[in-house]
Amino acid sequence: MTVGAWEAFWLIVEREMRLSFRRPEQLLQPLVFFLIVTTLFPLGLSLQLSQLRDVAPGVLWVAALLSSLLSLDSLFKSDADDGTLEQLVLSGQGLTIIVVAKTVAHWLVTGLALVLVSPIVGTALGIPTSAFATMLLSLALGTLTLSWLGAIGAGLTIGLRRGNVLLSLIVLPLATPLLIFGAAATERAISGTSTAGALYFLAALCVLTCTLAPFAAAAALRITLE
Amino acid sequence: MSDFWSMGGYARYVWPCFGFAGIVLAWNLWAARRSLSAARRRAARALAMAASEGAS
Amino acid sequence: MWTWFYKLASPPYVYGVAAALIPWLLGTAALAIGYGLIAGLGIAPPDYQQGEAFRMIYVHVPSAILSVTVYTIMALASAVALIWRIKVGHAVAAASAPIGASFTLLTLVTGSLWGRPMWGTYWAWDPRLTSELILLFLYVGVMSLRSAFEDPSRGDRAAALLAVVGVVNVPIVHFSVVWWNSLHQGATIVTLEGPKMPGSMLWPLLSMWLGFMLFYGAVLCIRVQGEVLNRERQSAWVQEAIKS
Repeated sequence: MTVGAWEAFWLIVEREMRLSFRRPEQLLQPLVFFLIVTTLFPLGLSLQLSQLRDVAPGVLWVAALLSSLLSLDSLFKSDADDGTLEQLVLSGQGLTIIVVAKTVAHWLVTGLALVLVSPIVGTALGIPTSAFATMLLSLALGTLTLSWLGAIGAGLTIGLRRGNVLLSLIVLPLATPLLIFGAAATERAISGTSTAGALYFLAALCVLTCTLAPFAAAAALRITLE
Repeated sequence: MSDFWSMGGYARYVWPCFGFAGIVLAWNLWAARRSLSAARRRAARALAMAASEGAS
Repeated sequence: MWTWFYKLASPPYVYGVAAALIPWLLGTAALAIGYGLIAGLGIAPPDYQQGEAFRMIYVHVPSAILSVTVYTIMALASAVALIWRIKVGHAVAAASAPIGASFTLLTLVTGSLWGRPMWGTYWAWDPRLTSELILLFLYVGVMSLRSAFEDPSRGDRAAALLAVVGVVNVPIVHFSVVWWNSLHQGATIVTLEGPKMPGSMLWPLLSMWLGFMLFYGAVLCIRVQGEVLNRERQSAWVQEAIKS
C-alpha cells in the first residue's frame, strides 16, 4: 500500500505523539528542568524581583536553550536503537519527510510545551504581563528554530559515545543568534521600546532554518545510518 | 633603541601580542610535522603487517 | 585545464604536489612575514590616535582574515567531498581545521591585548568578538565530531556536513561591523573609496597578510600529506611514498 507524502507526514506525527504520551514522565522532564534552572538563577543571584526583571529575558532564554538540548536526545535515539529508524528509511518515503515529521512532532511536545509554561516562569522572574506576547512569540519562533538545529546535531551524533555533550557543542554555537535576539526582543518589550527588529530577525532565522535544515538533517541521518 | 622596546608605553600589550603570534606559527609547524611523521609511521606499520601476512 | 582538476582528486598526485610546494611556500612566507615585521615595527610611523599600540594590527588583522578564510576553505573542501565524493576534500578539511582554530585563537588573544589599551577592556560582548568566538567553537565542534566516530570515513562525512552548516557564521563575522553598532572598527582596507590607511602602514600589513596565507598553505601541505596517507594506507602508491 503506497502512501502519499502528506499522509506519511501525518502518520509519523501521530505515531510520535502517541509514543510521547505513552510515557508522560519523559515529556515532563525537560519542563521540570526548565523550571528548576529558572529557579536557580534568582536563588544564586539573590536579587529582588524588580532587579530580576533586568536579567529575566536572558535567564529565560538560557533555560529554554538548555532544556531543549536535554530533550533533543530523544529525537532519533530510541528509534535508532530499536531499528525503527532504519525501517523508516527503507520504507521509501524519502528521508526528508520523515525528518520533518519527527522534528515537528518533537517541537509540539517539547518546544511548544516550553512556550505554554513560560508565563509561569516569566512571572516568577518578574517579567511584566505586558511583555508576555513578545515573550511567547519569540520563544515559539526560537524553540522551533532550535528543534531544527537540534535535528541536524542529533542526526550527526546518533549512537556516539557521549553524544549529548557533542550535541550541545554542535548546537549551542549555532544557536547563539537565537539567544541574542530572543532575549533582546523580550527585553525591548519589557522596557517598552520597539520589538519589531528583533522579532523580524527571529522570524527570518526561523524561516531560514525551517527551509534548509530538513535537508541537512536528512543528509546527517544518511551519513550516520548507511 | 629603548624607544622601540617600550613601544610608546604599550610594550606590555604589543610584545606579548607578537610573542603569542610567534608561538602559534611555531606550534603550527611543529604539530603539522608531528602529525605527518605519525601518519608515516602508521602507514609503514600497516605495510609491515600486510607483508608479514602475505609471507605467512 | 580540466585534467588538472581531475588530477587534484587523485591522492598520490596531491601527496606529491604538496611535498614539492612546502619549501617554496615556507620560503616566500618567511620573506613576506620578515618584510612585514621589519617595516611594520620599524618603518611605519606611529598612529596619531593609537600611538605605537596600533602595531598590533600587523598580527591581529592577518590572523583574523585567515581564521575566516581557512574556515571557508574547509567548508568548500567539505562540500566538494560530500557532493562529488572526492576523499582528498576530506583530507584538506581535516588538515585545515586545527590551523584555522589556532588562528582564531590568535585573533581573539591579540584582539584582547589590543582592546585593553584602546577600549579599556580585555573583552566585550560585541557582535564581531562574539561571532569570532563562535567561529572557534565551530572549529572545535568540527574537530571533535570527526574524532568521535570509530569509522573514519563516517567521521569525515559528519564533520564535513557540520562544516558546511557552520559556514553561515562566516558572513556574520564579516558583516557584523556593518549590520550592528559595534565597538570594533569597521572596514579600513576594502572600502569603496579605497584603503583608509597611508601606504607606509598599509604595505607591511598586506605583506603580513600574504605571508600568513602562504604560511597556511605550507602547513596545509604538510598536514594534507599526513591526512592523505591516513586515508589511503592500504593503497599501493603509499608503499612507494613511504620508502622514499
